[in-house]
Amino acid sequence: MGRSISLTVNGEMVTADVEPRLLLVHFIRERLRLTGTHIGCDTSHCGACIVLLDGVPVKSCAVLAVQADGRQLTSVEALAAGGKLHPIQAAFKQEHGLQCGFCTPGMMMSSFALLADNPDPDEEEIRWALSGNICRCTGYVNIVKAVRAASAQMKLSAAVPIPVGAGS
Amino acid sequence: MATETPLKGFIGESIKRKEDDRFIQGKGNYVDDIVLPGMLHMSILRSPFAHARIKSIKADAAQAVPGVVAVVTGDLLAQHKLAWMPTLSGDTQAVLATDKVRFQGQEVACVIATDPYVARDAAQLIEVDYDVLPAVVDPYQALEPGAPLVRDEKEGQSSNHIYHWEAGDKAKTEQAFARAERVVSLETFYPRCHPSPVETCGIVADISPVTGNATIYMTSQAPHAHRTLFAIVAGLPEEKIRILSPDIGGGFGNKVPIYPGYVVATAASLLLGKPVKWVEDRSENLISTGFARDYHMKGELAVTNDGRMLGLRVKMLSDNGAFYADAQPSKFRAGLFHIVTGSYDIPAAHVETDGAYTNKAPGGVAYRCSFRVTEASYLIERLVETAAIDLKMDPAELRSKNFIRPEQFPYTSATGFDYDSGQYEKALRLALEKAGYDELRKEQAEKRKRGELMGIGLASFTEVVGAGPGKHFDIAGLRMFDSAELRVHPTGKAILKLGVKSQGQGHETTFAQIVTEELGIPAVDVMVQEGDTDNTPYGLGTYASRSTPVGGAATAMVSRKLRDKAKKIAAHLLEASEADIDFDHGKFFVQGAPSKSKTIQEIAFAAYTNLPDGMEAGLEGVTYYDPPNFTYPFGTYLVVVDIDRGTGQAKVRRMIAVDDCGVRINPMIVEGQIHGGLAEGFGIAFMQLITFDEEGNCLGSNFTDYLLPTSWETPNFETYETVTPSPHHPIGAKGIGESATVGSPAAFVNAVIDAVAHLGIKNIDMPVTSDKIWSALHEVGAAE
Ligand code: FES
Ligand code: FES
Repeated sequence: MGRSISLTVNGEMVTADVEPRLLLVHFIRERLRLTGTHIGCDTSHCGACIVLLDGVPVKSCAVLAVQADGRQLTSVEALAAGGKLHPIQAAFKQEHGLQCGFCTPGMMMSSFALLADNPDPDEEEIRWALSGNICRCTGYVNIVKAVRAASAQMKLSAAVPIPVGAGS
Repeated sequence: MATETPLKGFIGESIKRKEDDRFIQGKGNYVDDIVLPGMLHMSILRSPFAHARIKSIKADAAQAVPGVVAVVTGDLLAQHKLAWMPTLSGDTQAVLATDKVRFQGQEVACVIATDPYVARDAAQLIEVDYDVLPAVVDPYQALEPGAPLVRDEKEGQSSNHIYHWEAGDKAKTEQAFARAERVVSLETFYPRCHPSPVETCGIVADISPVTGNATIYMTSQAPHAHRTLFAIVAGLPEEKIRILSPDIGGGFGNKVPIYPGYVVATAASLLLGKPVKWVEDRSENLISTGFARDYHMKGELAVTNDGRMLGLRVKMLSDNGAFYADAQPSKFRAGLFHIVTGSYDIPAAHVETDGAYTNKAPGGVAYRCSFRVTEASYLIERLVETAAIDLKMDPAELRSKNFIRPEQFPYTSATGFDYDSGQYEKALRLALEKAGYDELRKEQAEKRKRGELMGIGLASFTEVVGAGPGKHFDIAGLRMFDSAELRVHPTGKAILKLGVKSQGQGHETTFAQIVTEELGIPAVDVMVQEGDTDNTPYGLGTYASRSTPVGGAATAMVSRKLRDKAKKIAAHLLEASEADIDFDHGKFFVQGAPSKSKTIQEIAFAAYTNLPDGMEAGLEGVTYYDPPNFTYPFGTYLVVVDIDRGTGQAKVRRMIAVDDCGVRINPMIVEGQIHGGLAEGFGIAFMQLITFDEEGNCLGSNFTDYLLPTSWETPNFETYETVTPSPHHPIGAKGIGESATVGSPAAFVNAVIDAVAHLGIKNIDMPVTSDKIWSALHEVGAAE
């Protein structure tokens, strides 16, 4: 039967009863109604479901909700802070790094993790870091551009808001 | 961060997309995001066999699972005359199997439950007793006498042959071949692949038991056509059906057909009086919904020894799977494949195609393609490459020698297409120049001396997009026009409602810009609404690159209608005669006295407050646009590859794309479309393959087997343009969504062949994987 879990979701404490087999992505989408996290496959290939757990990007379709117990979860909904777009979001729009938008939240979360790790990645590093995210619309050229633009912008502004719970 | 732009959005301005804000903040609204009170969930049980007779279906155990509300079988649907449905090609398709299953993954039964996990569990408890039959997976074998009969339920169907179709002039073509100094031939297979948008297909059907109103949220590229088909298939009154196609996570043709899951979910909602949601998983998407291509083609080109093309002859066999469900204009059994003469002035051509049933999933959708143009373009561009090898001519020179020349337009092709405009030589020259073609050829020669393999591939494609004209082109009888309704409010802001439906192409921005150009209202003030059949005018939807050619033309025409009325109001306000009013960039002014002017906003206000006597109030209109012709985008793609003799791996070093899609409304969006199409073309050429073993098991049923290009393997693209407006389109635009997928596979494969042709290798069928290249090299003793 159900198990009780407690976790921080985008900065807020959440407690819930979940079936042990419930996938984290379903917990996020169906129970928390945070529908920015998407599902695009059943074999953990597409990356549409990527969120951060304790600051590390995970494919939430390959994690059980119970495994998130006691941890900090960050989804795309937390990227913009205080009504201000995160530089990654702004750059995706500016560089036309999205079309249908379905892969976009996962792409941005992967990009976020990359830039936290490596503030100034070159094209090859970006392409490698995003190789777990499939996009069928953009051909990736403008996504790479967006990540580079975000990196430049983040270096410029020291006071970039860091999403709640994204770790440090 | 400031994202405002000072640009108003006139044609040619790359304003940022209006739709992006919701997507980058996780606030898109896709079908799977929709949750209604009391909503039930559906799961489909599918056939594990490619061909088997159903002896019995036992659902008691499934029915007994707590949370299960209903189990739907074919027999239950048959009681409501819903076990079969019509396809877009005039055939029938089983909704849920009653007699036999005809492909692996076919829909057999559905469970409706309060929870999606429960629905899935219960579906596994349904016991189906099958009598397995021999399967036929090869279309040539399917046509042999004695082959297992796929469609034994169809009256008068005694073989697996579906259709025979011809285009062009056979006798004239035979004469051309009789005169030819040489015949170049190529047999090639364009394998089955799948569009695979990242979002799969889904529906939430909500039929009220009280009012009978059917509200259907659906991943639909063609909501209006789907509403009409729902009315016909399910017998629901059309005015009570409202199809809502919310944000769509990519379509590429996959979301054009009506699938059995949609029908069962709708029927279940009707029977149960509750909303029912069905969202397929990725395997379901790959094994059962609209595949593309699967054409076996043989092309022959009659040429002179100095490379002049005299005639083209094509024989083709189409593998349609178990149901003939191609999504295409109904009179054209092989879509627009007969555009196969491409960019070349070939005086005679003849095309013969046959279709065959096999025990495979149905489909034949136009995957980022205008109805089989992709296969046609691939064949002719590969054939030209083969001719260059045979004639020992430079492939660029051979193309150049045979291009339809600018002064020949409008040009009627040997198979009856009326090309609107083109400058093929110009696009080719630009690609060669940007690539540094002569240098590349030198480098190739030097490398070859050292035993290194480098190839340069070209494709100078011509597309045909923007169906109608409605006189000749229809989908399930519905003429292929499209529509736009525009209303300007008193404050000068507008709402534009369209019959087409974006799946990521940026309609909310592009179409607003057409209004900006024609009326001067800034794009930011024009709200674009699509995908709601109650609130948009009837249209045939978005596929085959038809939105800009048809819906865009409708938008321009309705804007002009409003502009005519605005002129009258301006004359009234300026106390001048209407004939003396000129319009420029949103301002109406008296000729010769530009200071006497009114803005479109002032006129909009007057349309509700201060009208000339006798004029109807308001500023709004609707236009249904039936295009007089197709548009013909074109371009040249050039690919450079290096091949490793040890592994057979082909590495794309450069990809240069010159596209001409006429006038570009938002160049940023156009370029994004080209990038996306090139990546899909790259995937098709090198990785994307749906295939089957001899028992009909699908190999390619998930992303472990069906390989899609990621950012890692996708090359960078260098894009350039030439601009040749369409003479008949109101703003000269031609459409761009598909050119790159149509044109690029041949360029990639030609590059690989160019690297190995001197070793005697003239063809490798797609996908050109490293093992296939290595095997070909090994066979001629050139592998390391
Ligand atoms: S849904 Fe998680 S990787 Fe595809
Ligand atoms: S924008 Fe559509 S999948 Fe990436």
